[in-house]
Amino acid sequence: MDSSGFSSPRTDCFPAGLRVLVVDDDPTWLKILEKMLKKCNYEVTTCNLAREALDLLRERKDGFDIVISDVNMPDMDGFKLLEHVGLEMDLPVIMMSVDGETSRVMKGVQHGACDYLLKPIRMKELRNIWQHVFRKRIHEVRDIEGHESLEELQMMRSGIEQSDDGYFFSGDLVSGKKRKDADNKHDDRVCGDPSSVKKARVVWTVDLHQKFVKAVNQIGFEKVGPKKILDLMGVPWLTRENVASHLQKYRLYLSRLQKENELKATFGGTKNSDISSKDPTGNVCLQNSIAQNATTVQQNILAKESYAVSGQNILIHNDEPKICEGNGKVIPSMPTTVSKKALFGDTADLAKSSTSRISFNHSFGPLDSDVKSEPKIQAEYSWSAEVPSFQFKQEHTAHFHSDHGFDHLPLPMHHNQVDSLERSLAHNPGTSSKESDTRAQAGLNNRRNQGIKNVTQAENTAALFSVQPESHLTDCHAIDPIQCSIWNSKNHCLQQNLFDDLQSSQRNLLAGTGSALRLWGEEFNDYSSQGDFYPPNTFLGNIDPFGYSNHELIADVPPNLYESLKFDSEYPTDPVEYPIDQGLYIA
Amino acid sequence: MEGHQLQHQAACMRKALFDQGYLDDQFLQLEDLEDEANPNFVEEVVKLYYSDSARFIRNIELTLDKNPFDFEKLDDIMHQFKGSSSSIGAKKLKTECTQFQEYCKIGNFEGCMRTFQEVKQEHAVLKKKLESYFQVFLLVHVYNCVYVCVDVHFVTN
Repeated sequence: MDSSGFSSPRTDCFPAGLRVLVVDDDPTWLKILEKMLKKCNYEVTTCNLAREALDLLRERKDGFDIVISDVNMPDMDGFKLLEHVGLEMDLPVIMMSVDGETSRVMKGVQHGACDYLLKPIRMKELRNIWQHVFRKRIHEVRDIEGHESLEELQMMRSGIEQSDDGYFFSGDLVSGKKRKDADNKHDDRVCGDPSSVKKARVVWTVDLHQKFVKAVNQIGFEKVGPKKILDLMGVPWLTRENVASHLQKYRLYLSRLQKENELKATFGGTKNSDISSKDPTGNVCLQNSIAQNATTVQQNILAKESYAVSGQNILIHNDEPKICEGNGKVIPSMPTTVSKKALFGDTADLAKSSTSRISFNHSFGPLDSDVKSEPKIQAEYSWSAEVPSFQFKQEHTAHFHSDHGFDHLPLPMHHNQVDSLERSLAHNPGTSSKESDTRAQAGLNNRRNQGIKNVTQAENTAALFSVQPESHLTDCHAIDPIQCSIWNSKNHCLQQNLFDDLQSSQRNLLAGTGSALRLWGEEFNDYSSQGDFYPPNTFLGNIDPFGYSNHELIADVPPNLYESLKFDSEYPTDPVEYPIDQGLYIA
Repeated sequence: MEGHQLQHQAACMRKALFDQGYLDDQFLQLEDLEDEANPNFVEEVVKLYYSDSARFIRNIELTLDKNPFDFEKLDDIMHQFKGSSSSIGAKKLKTECTQFQEYCKIGNFEGCMRTFQEVKQEHAVLKKKLESYFQVFLLVHVYNCVYVCVDVHFVTN
């Protein structure tokens, strides 16, 4: 190991001067690779022990651009090193081996290798390694930008939510760091080097989050702890710290939802008040009303919405007012159908905003006060064909209870997630008035912060929601897609009830995500999945992507929303394909 | 020997190494890496390889002597040895290593022993050939230098 001098800042003539760390226990290969890389005008440091390499990387944070490592090493398995580097420093890692067996290569890719080279290695293969660095940088920038927009959105919308944005990434965004420090806290812990380590990001995909929520539900929210969750989740590469951090966010999200629900209670209030947090009983009222249409609508919407948004935006299905009713939370009752469409439609928009967008856009637009938009929305969402969702509205309008914990359509308003949602929603083709968008967005923002705000679609019940800035619900209409409101974890209980009534099917759908969402929503306001999670707005605030408690509402959307909202767009939200029983995310 | 002849000899030796399958493209890659900063790069690499690879041979021998027979370990060591040998483009040697690994996989002790002898042999043979090759190259180089000097001398005188 010798290290050649280093770590000087890279020159501007990228890729020349690329700082490469080569790790290989074979001295002959080390010599050859060093020479080859030097010929490519890269700055090379060699190391023949994995541990030394890790130490070097930790010492010089940001001292390297890429790591090339052999798979077979005596002191540490190459895959382990790969994982460490990925987690702690988030550098691109290329694996090398004389063994080209598919299973080995696959393992490498699974562990996060950005490339796998076979020995003997040709010089031309090394010439191109810079593209991995470049690609990563681009993604990072995108992520950050995404966050930024989300953040802005949230800030706009959820004035009230400001408080929970502990995580706002404003700071981070500015710095261009992908990850928010807050989110990365745990990462730092992992590597034991708090500030300098590049946080490895654990991308909390919908699936992962679902697992998480499922585990939390299983354990029982009150008794939950990171270790228990980790054990239940059964994800080998996940660390306790990752889970702890995520749990923290989730809790915040849920509490945010709760807060929102309370806010909501102010207007609408029909019944809801009960839900406060995790207490499903409250949703009763909602359930009733919603039940009717909800089920079908939900399903449709969910299905469509959630992923309509090209994955990115969480389709906040507005599950329609139904939700609102029960929980006050306002399940984004927006006619799901609409939302979906909106989502889709806006997907493009949303897409633009980088995955995190919540497709709410569509829904939000109309949400707001646009009850009228409903019809519009529907039109938009052809696919959802759920027009029925609108119906809900009417019925439920009255219901929109703001205080339902989550459903409160807090989405539009508070949730951070709304930011993304909003953003996306904002795109709503016009239907929704700005308000609804804002609402939706707010909701989104809130959600984001919270993780998932229940974007109560309550749009329909827009009336219910009274488009309050805070009540995300107001956007309910608009936010059809934003069933998110439901997400507000607080209401998840409510919503849950609602949904139950609605339909078991929907419930299933939502259940998966919904419950996850719910829980999530509550806690997570800022759900930011590790690293990428943007602190403040973790998801659409109330969107309960995972656990849609509001089955109906969020069923579809949340996952996506969630995903998009929270990740730095790392999460490749699928457009929603999800079949209703998926639980929302089609991550 | 005349410079031309020396050079010719060197060229022939090199060609033979490739034609007879002792070396493959990787060796060419190494040659391409030679430049002013490292004019004897190929030779340095080969020397490094031979000083390092001896331990693999030794380890295998030790493992072969143990009881019970550990095929997995043998396979593992041979895998590393093969990887190392690929660095200088030792084609024939790599083939023998692969053969050895095949026997390990099916647990054929006899096959392993036999193939191992082949491996050792190839390893030694290649070493000799490369040493000769480098020597000739060196001679050519020296000759050229001397020749040039002589020429110069001649001219000046």
